[in-house]
Amino acid sequence: MGMTISEKILAAHAGLEQVAPGEIINAKLDIVLANDVTGPVAIKEFGKLGMTEVFDKEKVALVPDHFTPNKDIASAEQCKILRVFAKEQQLTHYWESGQVGIEHCLLPEQGVVLPGDLIIGADSHTCTYGALGAFATGVGSTDCAAGMATGEAWFRVPESLKFVFHGSKFQPWVGGKDLILYIIGMIGVDGARYKAMEFAGEGIKALSMDNRFTMANMAIEAGAKVGIFEPDEKTLEYVKARAKRDYKVYNSDKDASYEKIFDINTEDIPLQVAFPHLPENTKSVDEASGIKIDQVVIGSCTNGRLEDLQITAEILKGKKVHPEIRCLIFPGTQAIYLEALRRGWIETFIEAGVAVSTPTCGPCLGGHMGILAKGERSLATTNRNFVGRMGHPESEVYLSNPAVAAASAIRGEIVHPREVAK
Amino acid sequence: MGKAWKFGHDIDTDVIIPARYLNRSELDFLASHCMEDADPAFAQNVKEGDIIVGGKNFGCGSSREHAPLAIKAAGIKVIIADSYARIFYRNSLNIGMPILECPEAVQGIENGDEVNVDLETGRIENITKKAFFQARPFPPFMQELIKAGGLIPYVKEHKKNA
Ligand code: SF4
Repeated sequence: MGMTISEKILAAHAGLEQVAPGEIINAKLDIVLANDVTGPVAIKEFGKLGMTEVFDKEKVALVPDHFTPNKDIASAEQCKILRVFAKEQQLTHYWESGQVGIEHCLLPEQGVVLPGDLIIGADSHTCTYGALGAFATGVGSTDCAAGMATGEAWFRVPESLKFVFHGSKFQPWVGGKDLILYIIGMIGVDGARYKAMEFAGEGIKALSMDNRFTMANMAIEAGAKVGIFEPDEKTLEYVKARAKRDYKVYNSDKDASYEKIFDINTEDIPLQVAFPHLPENTKSVDEASGIKIDQVVIGSCTNGRLEDLQITAEILKGKKVHPEIRCLIFPGTQAIYLEALRRGWIETFIEAGVAVSTPTCGPCLGGHMGILAKGERSLATTNRNFVGRMGHPESEVYLSNPAVAAASAIRGEIVHPREVAK
Repeated sequence: MGKAWKFGHDIDTDVIIPARYLNRSELDFLASHCMEDADPAFAQNVKEGDIIVGGKNFGCGSSREHAPLAIKAAGIKVIIADSYARIFYRNSLNIGMPILECPEAVQGIENGDEVNVDLETGRIENITKKAFFQARPFPPFMQELIKAGGLIPYVKEHKKNA
């Protein structure tokens, strides 16, 4: 019987001809990732194993992105643990402030993660790399420590859910963020729990890589293990310029079996807003229109890429952020920041009254650089709107794509982009 | 035997341990802020041996191992829920925090009930309500992990054999 792309990658890394959902396998890893929150715990566990060396210094990536540039003394100490370890182990993939970006923007951009890879990361949004046709999934620090030591991890082969997007036309301003929010609204935050989500169809082929990363990124928000795409010409074009090692393209067989197949018409998907306090609380932007906000955050590993900034710049060009709104923009990496600068978008942002930051996770997880007070409300292009996610437990986060966020920053309340683009 | 602390569906890792405390990873510190955004009184009043009862998709959200670590350090003996988010499930077992899936027990236990759990058999007794429940046993490979005392000792053992 045929296999899905997920099953093929897992089988190949476990040295097996065939795997089936439910099977427990032990598999070889191509990349093991940790950040400044999960890394220190993983490094401590690594020490407990009595190991002195990681399995491969080119296959372990440490990304200090959450509380950097160091937010306070405590986070400086955590980052120091990462720095010392990276140096001791002579890791190839370690970046300091000034070079670092948000991990899930940075690793694909730098060609660290590639199609066909099997990747674990001590960060739940590791599933982002599924956009490249890799099997990538989030784990905790202990799994990460064992992975750094042995280069292997156990997996339960997941069932696959297939989401087929029919048609290649979208409503104006609709992007990957809306597609994935639409799905999460449909199946719920545990609708794909333990499973692989596979995205396919004409609608997906029409999407840029940046939009695919956004979709794969939020697979975890439906509880999934991975959100995966079959590589196509766009994937290969993206990868060719970046890869420094071999990679392999896997495709799902025609007779592969799926637990369920969802058919969606691209034109049916309106601009989405997820209401507090779960990403599944989705409504169309028109239903959210008029909701007053205090802050707008554009960036994160979900929507901090070049195209996201382009849309934002197009909407903000020649306009002003509403005087009662704090609008913050976080480019995902230094390369994205620099390109935005060269294209004049940073100037557009600053002229509009935006605070532009060096790449960091910052407010996305309520870390620093834009925390909400009691009763405040933010519209954000991030991926989670849990209770207290961006600050005070009685603050609120709404989620949207960058076009809706930028338009709402101008208006001071949630609004459809057509209202300000006139 | 311990007291049940009952929470709802989709209890996420930001509620279990908010990110504002993730600039540190000492266990006592994490325990002192455990469940803070769901029940600010939890950390002060929880006693060694108490249990947490949750709904579906317990532990959804981030991969922070700080979440099960905080719960374990707070003295919780076992978590019983309808279902768990994938990473939380894996993390809990990896650090030796026992978790059981048992929707019947979740229904049959109220906040404050006295509950006894036999981890080996998965038998759950609600002493207050004089009711018994049977939780699904762990899959075999998980039992092996748990027997070894979590992933780190498990890997250590296997390394020796290799
Ligand atoms: S940007 Fe937000 S979701 Fe992405 S890695 Fe950072 S904290 Fe996590």
